[in-house]
Amino acid sequence: MQTQAIGSINWFRYASPQSFYPLAGAMIPWFAWAAAVLCAAGLYVGFFVAPTDHQQGESYRIIFIHVPAAWMSMFIYVVMAFWAGVGLVFNTRLSHMMATALAPTGALFTFVALWTGSLWGKPTWGTWWVWDARLTSELILLFLYFGFMALQAAIDEPRRADRAGAVLALVGVVNVPIIYYSVKWWNTLHQGASVSLTSAPTMATTMLTGMLLMALAAWMYSIAAALHRVRSIILERERGADWLAQGGVRP
Amino acid sequence: MNWGSLADFLAMGGYALYVWGSYAVTAGLIAVEVVMLIIRRHHALKTAGIPTTGDTP
Repeated sequence: MQTQAIGSINWFRYASPQSFYPLAGAMIPWFAWAAAVLCAAGLYVGFFVAPTDHQQGESYRIIFIHVPAAWMSMFIYVVMAFWAGVGLVFNTRLSHMMATALAPTGALFTFVALWTGSLWGKPTWGTWWVWDARLTSELILLFLYFGFMALQAAIDEPRRADRAGAVLALVGVVNVPIIYYSVKWWNTLHQGASVSLTSAPTMATTMLTGMLLMALAAWMYSIAAALHRVRSIILERERGADWLAQGGVRP
Repeated sequence: MNWGSLADFLAMGGYALYVWGSYAVTAGLIAVEVVMLIIRRHHALKTAGIPTTGDTP
């Protein structure tokens, strides 16, 4: 009896789609508003506080989307692979659903990173695209997201689609450190990291502030979008289940 | 303040195509994703037989 006090909150309760559905619904507005506020603050700092770069002029302002998008593209993939792995090991439906829900948002940020990189490359390097290690591995990341979504869409039986997608996601995760360290391992046209955990950032404080605000906004947006999508997936997958059929769900 | 006028701001020091091309496409894609999320949710609610009146996101 006494030992029950510690850990009496059953976190696994939220591992069921039925319990997670309303929880996710309650969280979405908070994350969405946080994303909007952080994005507004980030754009303000990025355009009106951060000074003109003495080398790149105003073109550097692409950084406020490019770097956060590139970070998110890698991070979402790792989280997606994590949930895919949890789903494979524990055979939990919700984990697979989370992985599936993350993929389109991850693909979006990967495309944005490539697109903005291209538009930044033209004025600074003189070319829209170059097959260097950083750009190529980021393009492979986009194809991994597309492959994951296409594979899942191609398999009719949801449980098999989950497992096949999960294997692909886990195999592909090897690409993420390749992207991250590509600028160190190879001699790339792409510059090295401006911000890292081990050294002081090599950019002005206001520039860094704007970039971090935009990165936080991208985080909040990604969480809100993934939660929103996972709720739709729960409805799609669980339709006919008792808890849905008995009207236990508010829209 | 970096900009003397609105025209100054829009010109982005001659990099308007690159800077605004980046921001516009990003904003557009996010708008598309949000619309797709809402459409998918309406569809999912309908097929699950849940009425969509008074829908909250």
